[in-house]
Formats: sequence, structure tokens, C-alpha cells
Amino acid sequence: MDISTLPLLSIITFLPLAGAILIAFIPRGSVTATRGAALGVALVTWVFSLFLLLGFSPTHTPFQFVEVADWIPVFGIRYQLGADGLSVALVVLTTTLTWISILASFGPIRERVKEYMISFLILEVGMVGVFLALDLFLFYIFWEIVLVPMYLIIGIWGGSNRIYATIKFVLYTLVGSLLMLVAILGTAFTFQAATGSWTGAFDFESLRNFASAGGFSATFQLFAFLAFFLAFAIKVPMFPFHTWLPDAHVEAPTAGSVILAGILLKLGGYGFIRFALPLFPDAAHTLAPAIIVLSLIAIIYGAIVALVQPDLKKLVAYSSVSHMGFVTLGIFIFQPQGLQGAILQMVSHGLITGALFLLVGVIYERTHDRAIAKMGGLGGPVPVYAAAFGFFVFASAGLPGLSGFVGEFLVLLGAFVYNPLVAAVAALVMILGAGYLLWMFQRVAFGDLSEFLRGLGHHLTDMRPVEMLTLVPLGTLVVVFGLFPGLILDLVQGTVATVLRDVGTGTAINLLFWQ
Amino acid sequence: METLIPLIPALPISGFVFSALFGRRIQARFGKPAASLVPVGLIVAAWAIAMVVAYGALSHAEPFGETGHGVTLWEWIPAGSLTVNAGLYVDALTAILLVVVTTVGMLVHIYSIGYMGHDPGYWRFFAYLNLFMFSMLLLVLADSWLVIFVAWELVGLCSYLLIGFWYRRRSAALAAKKAFIVNRVGDVGFALGIMAIFVNTGTLNVRESIEKLIAPDATLAIPLVVVALLVFAGAIGKSAQFPLHVWLPDAMEGPTPVSALIHAATMVNAGVYLVARANPIFGHAPEAMVVVASIGIFTAILAASIAFTQTDIKRVLAYSTVSQLGYMFAALGVGAWVAAVFHLFAQGFTKGLLFLDSGSVIHAVHDEQDMRRMGGLAKKIPITYWTMLIGSLAMAGIPPLVPFFSKDEILAGAFKNGFLVVWLVGFIVAGMTAFYMFRLIGLTFWGTSRVDPSVEPKIHESPRSMTIPLVLLALATAVLGVIVGWPLDGGLIHQWLAPIFEETIAFAGHAEQPFELFGIDGALVLASVTIAVLGIVGAWRLFGVELFGLRLGGQPERVRELSARLPFLYRASLNKWWFDELYDLLFIRIGGRVAAGLWWFDRVVIDGTVNGTGTVAATAGRGLRRIQTGRVQNYALGITLGLLVMAGSYLLIVGR
Repeated sequence: MDISTLPLLSIITFLPLAGAILIAFIPRGSVTATRGAALGVALVTWVFSLFLLLGFSPTHTPFQFVEVADWIPVFGIRYQLGADGLSVALVVLTTTLTWISILASFGPIRERVKEYMISFLILEVGMVGVFLALDLFLFYIFWEIVLVPMYLIIGIWGGSNRIYATIKFVLYTLVGSLLMLVAILGTAFTFQAATGSWTGAFDFESLRNFASAGGFSATFQLFAFLAFFLAFAIKVPMFPFHTWLPDAHVEAPTAGSVILAGILLKLGGYGFIRFALPLFPDAAHTLAPAIIVLSLIAIIYGAIVALVQPDLKKLVAYSSVSHMGFVTLGIFIFQPQGLQGAILQMVSHGLITGALFLLVGVIYERTHDRAIAKMGGLGGPVPVYAAAFGFFVFASAGLPGLSGFVGEFLVLLGAFVYNPLVAAVAALVMILGAGYLLWMFQRVAFGDLSEFLRGLGHHLTDMRPVEMLTLVPLGTLVVVFGLFPGLILDLVQGTVATVLRDVGTGTAINLLFWQ
Repeated sequence: METLIPLIPALPISGFVFSALFGRRIQARFGKPAASLVPVGLIVAAWAIAMVVAYGALSHAEPFGETGHGVTLWEWIPAGSLTVNAGLYVDALTAILLVVVTTVGMLVHIYSIGYMGHDPGYWRFFAYLNLFMFSMLLLVLADSWLVIFVAWELVGLCSYLLIGFWYRRRSAALAAKKAFIVNRVGDVGFALGIMAIFVNTGTLNVRESIEKLIAPDATLAIPLVVVALLVFAGAIGKSAQFPLHVWLPDAMEGPTPVSALIHAATMVNAGVYLVARANPIFGHAPEAMVVVASIGIFTAILAASIAFTQTDIKRVLAYSTVSQLGYMFAALGVGAWVAAVFHLFAQGFTKGLLFLDSGSVIHAVHDEQDMRRMGGLAKKIPITYWTMLIGSLAMAGIPPLVPFFSKDEILAGAFKNGFLVVWLVGFIVAGMTAFYMFRLIGLTFWGTSRVDPSVEPKIHESPRSMTIPLVLLALATAVLGVIVGWPLDGGLIHQWLAPIFEETIAFAGHAEQPFELFGIDGALVLASVTIAVLGIVGAWRLFGVELFGLRLGGQPERVRELSARLPFLYRASLNKWWFDELYDLLFIRIGGRVAAGLWWFDRVVIDGTVNGTGTVAATAGRGLRRIQTGRVQNYALGITLGLLVMAGSYLLIVGR
């Protein structure tokens, strides 16, 4: 069978939906069958995404595997999917983290397993769809689809304060995305008004060409960009829109946190690179200095606040704010190294932070607690766990040789080209990051076994094979991408070149004196 | 060479992987010796290969020649205009470091077989040691700034893991964290320096970038002196120079073989290596050279002054290490490049020896490190005693031991290149060094025993796996000076290293001064030997001596009297000039307050605004609900009012 004749992107996108429907018919009692089916579907989806990865040729731009069908022809809205290097990288990250999350949920999730698995698979549909949609309306649909299952996952399977957290999460993101919808409609109307036709009014490539021909006025760009910006900035989340994240993470079940940190935050970064920059380049340039300042604040502020967190999950959540600051910084300096670094950082943050949440989940399952103060001395009774935790702690601290380092370094390098001062400020996170991560690690793993943990007795067991199975792939990828970052950099090289061509390379600005 | 050079780091890393995967099971099944077989064996093999490679590079044989020889492994980062290759490069400077690192490393591995013999974490220790050897060898072999940085961070990681090896001890955990974070402060500078190099030259290859940086027609976006100082910031951290010196003494929480290998002989020298490697950059930025020399010589006397009063045997040696590293930086700063690398070479062996000796002492008195509870050990542990005596004489600068040659070259270099202050301070430090080393010998080995009576009968000399490395290192300390440092004006070390520093020295343009044994050089040698002897004699007067029939009791009351007469200096030395207290105040207390304040800001102001908006919306919704009364009249009124407002505003805005 020739793979190229298959509608590969639609298969990857909707296979989880088919799986969800299938699971709906499995009787409620057979939990094992439900879990097995969910894992099976996720794995098959993952395999298909690997076909996509192998079939994709990085040298050939722009979009490959394109599928087009008319949907609402009156307004030129089409069902249109396509992949470039950036999409492929993030789709594979999504499918990988999804099966790992489902596997990691086997133990912790014992109630309403069926609904849980269905939610997770539908979540995958939304996430993959966002990364593949080339029609703005379709993109918006997928964007909102993501919200629903995540709302349920936190709201049903979450912790004690889950309702507050999930409503905050949904309302907050909804505010952003509704503004984005307005901007999408405005963009389409402007296009239609200028060309006199609805054809291509929602099509990304025709809009991009329209934009690079100067179709959008400066004022319109500014408002439309701000609307997109708000949607994406909330998702990333950028300072000061980040406060929903710690709450959501703390209440979400482990796998929910993994997907939240691993993929959902990347939707924002992806949106910036895919839509906001190419469609509104002038506005992007106008606002870039302000966004860079916000990114720097996020990087430093997130790290400082992480220092004083009493809860493991909150600490990792604030570290995400800091790490994602590198992504937005890398994007808005408009330098090739910066953009490549931002993309690498997205993938690497997904792997590392996903793993950290899994590890927090492992200890939570045994102790039903996440308070750092109650931990201590885990190196003795659970050495494998402590070693795995240490590995990902250092990966998160940007240890060279692991994936986090290259992304951060490239962003810093781009920032240095843009303005050495920006790089100097961002580089301070090397100290702060080591500070909060090592302090946490010391309090969790070093010292004598704490009173609280000693009370658990034999319940405090080391890693189970299933848990190893979820972490080993992530650890392997962290090492592989650390030693061979070219695997991702080559993949996204075309995307980076195209985006920078559309938006234009940034000129160095002296931030101290910008007006 | 294409296979031999990559093998040098490849063997230790495979040892690490092997031990990490199988070490625990091997130790459980076949016992501890079996667990050390592979890691130690691989290091011995790496040592042998490194010797072959170093011999070729030092004798400037083919394929090395005078400039060295490189091997490219793979393209590590392909990012637009930036490509970074994972490549290795060997020249004479690297070769010297290879000799020190693999030789001391091998001996420390062998020593650890005995020293760590009672530790349940035996396999883990060897796994970490192997990882360190890999990282350190990569550091000296790498030919790209970024790969050097990778290795730079990896040795920091190993240092963290090994300082915190006894992770149950709170002090060890704290020291490990402190070492890593303080080092990171310097690393920020180094990382920015690497970026500055890239922005200036468009490449991260060491040799290419240096060539472009110092080209006469180079137009640099970032001035050379800034580049040099940023790189130097990294060196300050790793080599524990003021103001980042605070981590090294605490690092003594690690097992003693670690202190010998990482925190005396190899890793802490990485900063000196880095500056020597970047010598053209520094050489072309004379302002930076002055900074290097100042920080170096200031650290030298600061650390020496602290070593005077410390009572923990390892801490005395740690401050001595800091002080000697300061010497090396002073040498680099005054342009005595070869002397700096020579001193690194000398200290690698001497300091490694002294730390292993201290480990043997600690082993003998059952994990006691306080010299106030030692004394009179000379007869009971003779091999340790004699080797440590040789090491201390060497540290004091007594000919013909190896540090005599290197220290003398440093002082002569400072004097002749016109840095008289550096020379004077260095001269004083030489006397201080002799004093505190013989205070250590006196308190530990001579006089009456102050050992705990329960331990006293159990004092024993260490096993052969520990004493053989001691003897070998003592031998190296004794003879290497004559081999590589003689004659004083141009020993082998000068022939080896000449091509590395040729261009930089020529650029500095210090007048070529002939070596005059019966002139200025002879006078300098005489002066430094004299002050060393004065230091030794001074220590003997206060702390006693028992050597070749010369017997003199210590005078504790004189020591107390002197301390009382100089209360400020005494307390400053004892309290390490309060650096730890200062940093604790600045970064832990004040920094902690700032962090707590920001978290409050996050919860109350930012999140408060978010939740406030939500509350306002909800309240508004509840309020607005009352408008929906269901009475048509009310709605009609609303519509009318609305129309009026709209019409009014239309007239107001458009009608004007």
C-alpha cells in the first residue's frame, strides 16, 4: 500500500475520535478492555504520526500532505489540513505524550475510566487538529475542542478544589479565544472587502500572501494582533496572564498536568509562529519590544516565585512560566537562532516538564501529598525514583548534553544578537533555575527519610515497571535531542525560514532607550 | 590518532554507562572488588592511551606538529548560520592537562578501591568518578567553545553528585547545592562570553574564532576586553577565585578522593586552562589582563590568610588550593603564561598528593578531620607521614621539588614584567604558605597525641591500594620539577608550550630579558627560598617540630597570645572574612524576602485582579438579572432610552 495515497493527516487527527466512539460501546464493567483499547488507539495514532515524520521531507516547503475539501463554501471556509516541519514536530510530540499519559493513568484513575479515556482521546483530536489546520475557522474549532475535555478532566478527576480551578481555566482561555474569533472574522471580512470574494478568506496561505502584499492596514493589524496575542499569551501563559496555570496544575490529575504542560502551553507558541507573525508582521514588530519585556519578566519572575513554592506541582508550574518565557522571547526577537531555539524549547519543555509531572504523580500516588516540606531522604528507600527525578531536574535546569540546553542556548544567542542586555537578563535564569530545582531536589531526595514518609512504611515502593515505561521514552528523547538537536532543527528549518521571510528579521534595538 | 583521541573520553563514559546500568547488581552478587574492576580498568586504559597521545603532542611529532591535531566527530548543532561540531583537538596545552588529569585520575581511582571499601554506595562512587573523568577529558579536548561549555557544566554536575555523595548528611547536600549554584554565577558570564564570541566572529570553533578576534582588521561588535572578562567570569567560578571562592572549602564535604581529584588537581584548574586556552584574547586585551592578575593575587593572599587558623585538615588544604589557584591567575595576568601552566601541572600532583594524604590520615583516625584531635601520628602512619612531608615541603617551595620551579617562575615573571605589587604579594604569600603547611604538619604528625582515647589503639596505616598512589605521587612531586623545569630559564615545559603562547607573548612586547643566575634571577630565587624557610621555621617555633633529631615542643600559649594581640585579624581569618555571612544575608535572607514578596504579589495582585474581574462580572450578571423583569413596558422604556442615547451621540459626534 502506498502511504502517500492515504489522507494521513485526517487519519492522525480523527483516529482518536473513532477510538473514542469505539470505547463508548465497551461495557462499563470491563475497565481493562477500556484501558487497553484507549492505549491501543493512542499507539496506532502514534505510529501513524511516525509515518508522517518519516514521509515528511524537510527540504520541501511549505506544506505537505495537504488535504482540502469544501466545507462552508459561501464564506470560503474549507476543511484544509497540511503539515510543515513545525506541525510535524508538535504532532509527534502530542501523539507521544498522549499514549504515555494514557498509560500513566492506568493506576491513578479508577473512577469513570470510560469517560476519562474518551475525554483524553477527544483531547488528542483537538490538539492534533490545531497543529494541522490551515483554515482559520477550522483552526478555531479545534482550538475550542481542546477546552472541553480538559475542562472535564480537571473538573471530574481533579483534586479537592477542582471546580474553581477548571472554571478559571476555561473562562480565562475562553476570553482570549473569543477575541481571537472576532479577529479571525475581522481578518476574513477585510480580505473579502479588499478582494471582493470570500474565496480564500479563511485560507491561511492566501491570507499570508495577502498580508505580505500589505493588505492589512497598520491599525487593523494592531487590533487583530492584540486579539490573537491575548488568546495565545493566555495559553502560553505569559506574564501577567499566568495565574490560571498553577491552579489548574495543582488540581489536575497527573496525566492532565502532563498534557497541559506538554502540549496545551505549546498551542500558544504555535499560534504565534503560525498565524500571528506571518499575518500581522508590522504589528508584531511594533509590539515586539513590549512582548520581549514581558517574556523577560516571565523568565525571571517565574523562577523567583518558583523558589518559594511549598507544593511540588506549583513549583513545576511556575518553572513552566519561566521556561515558556524563553519560547516567547525566542519568537519575538525575530532571529533564526532564536526561533529555532524557541521551537526546540517547546519540544524539550514538553518532554522534560511532562516527565517531572509524571514523577510528581508517582510520589503523590504513594503519599497522597505533594508538600515539599513533608518529603526528604527519598534517595534511601527509592533510589531509582530519586535517580530518575534527579535526571529530569538537571534536564530542566538546562544541563548541557540534554535537550533543554540547546533550546535555551539558541534563544539566548538570538537574544544576544538582538541586544546583549536582553540575553544577560535572561541568562540569569541559569542561576535561579539551578536554585529552585536543586533546592527542591535536595529537600525531596537528600537527608534522612522524613517522619511523614517513614510513616508510610512499605507503601513507599520504588518505581513500578509501568511507571518506568512512561519515563524511559521521555528520558531517551531528552538525551537524543540533547546530543542530536539537528533532528528537530533540520525538521523545522523550512518553517523558520518561511516565517522569518514573512515577518522580516528583527533589527537590534537598544531596549534601554526604546520609545 | 583518529581512533586514539576519541577513545580517551569514550572509555570513561562507557565505564559510567556500564556502572550505572549494572554496577549495583554486580556489587550485590560478586562483591565490591568486582564492581570496581571495569571502571578502574577503563581509566587505566584511558591513561595509557592519553600518555601515547600526549607524548606525540608534546614532542611535536606528526600528525600534531607545533599547532596540534583535531578530530571531528559529528555535527552537533546545525542552526542557520551557526554550526557547532562535536570535535576534539590535541595540542601541547591539552597534552599537559591530559597527563595531569589521567595520571591523578588513575591514582585516585586506585586509591578509592581502598578508601571507599566500607561504603555501600561503592559502585555509585565509581560510576560518578568515571563520569567526571569523561567530562574533564572532554573539557580539555573540545575544540568548540560550546563543547567546552558542555563539559564545563558536566564537571559541575559531577562535582555536585560527588560532594553530595553522602546525601543523608545535610551539610553535604547543602555544600553540593552551593557549589553548583555559585559555579552557575560564573557560568552565566562564560555563556555570555561564548555568545559574544559568536556575534563577533560567526563561529564557535576555538581556533578559528580566536584568529578572527585578534585579526588586525577585525571590527568587533563586542569589544575584546568585554569578551575576555566574560570568559574570565566562568574561570572565577570554576577555579574558586574571589568573590566566588566560597564554594570550594564547603566542597570538602565530599569523600576525600573527590577532594583530591576534582577539588584540587583537575576541575578547579579548568579556569586556568580556559584562560590559557584563550590566551590570545586576553593577551590582546591588556585591561583584562590587569583584572586577571589583580583577582588572582588578591585571592592568593585572602585564602592564605584564612588557611592560618582553620582546624579542619581538609579545609586548610582547600584554602591552600584557592590560594595557589590565585597564584596561577596572577601568573596568567602578568603574562607569565608558561609559568601558570607549569604551576597547574605542579599543583596537580602536589595537591593531589596532599589531599590523598589527608584522606589517609582521616582514614587512620576513623573519620576525624579536626587537627585539634590529632597529633603525634608520624610514627603510627609512616608512609602517609613521609609522603605528606614531601608534599608540604613542595608546597612551601623548597627546591628541588616541582612547585619550587613553577612558583619561582611566576614570581620572576611578575617581577620582570614590571608587576612589582604582584611580585611583593606573591612573595609574602610564599612565606604564608610555608607557615600554614608546617602548622598542619606540626598539629597532625608531631607532638603529643590528642586523638580520642577510644580511637588511639586502632590507628593503622592505610591499605596498599591507598599507599601506593601516595608513594607514586610523592615520587612525581620530587622528580618532575627537575625533569621538566630544569634548567630554570628553559626547561622541557618551555619547549613544549612555546608554540601555544608565542604570538601572545610577542604581542605583549615585554623586553626579552636574559636569565642571570648570578644576577636578578638568582636574587629572586634566593629571596623566595629564604622566605619559605622563614615561614617553616616560624611554624616550628609555634607548633613544634620533630625531624631528624631536631625536637622542639609547640607553644600553644604563644599561639593564644598572638591571637589575642591581633583580635581582628584572628577573628577575620577564623571566620573566613565573613563572606558566607554576607552572601547568606544578601541572597538567602534578602533574596528570600524578595521571592516571598513576589509570590504574595502573584497571589494577591495579579490573581486578585483576575478573580476580581470574575467577581465583578458575576455580580454584574446578578445585578443585570433584575432588569429582566418580564414587563414589556420596562423593555420599551429601555429601548427608547437606548435609541435616544444613540441618536444623541450620533448627532454629537457626526453632526459636528
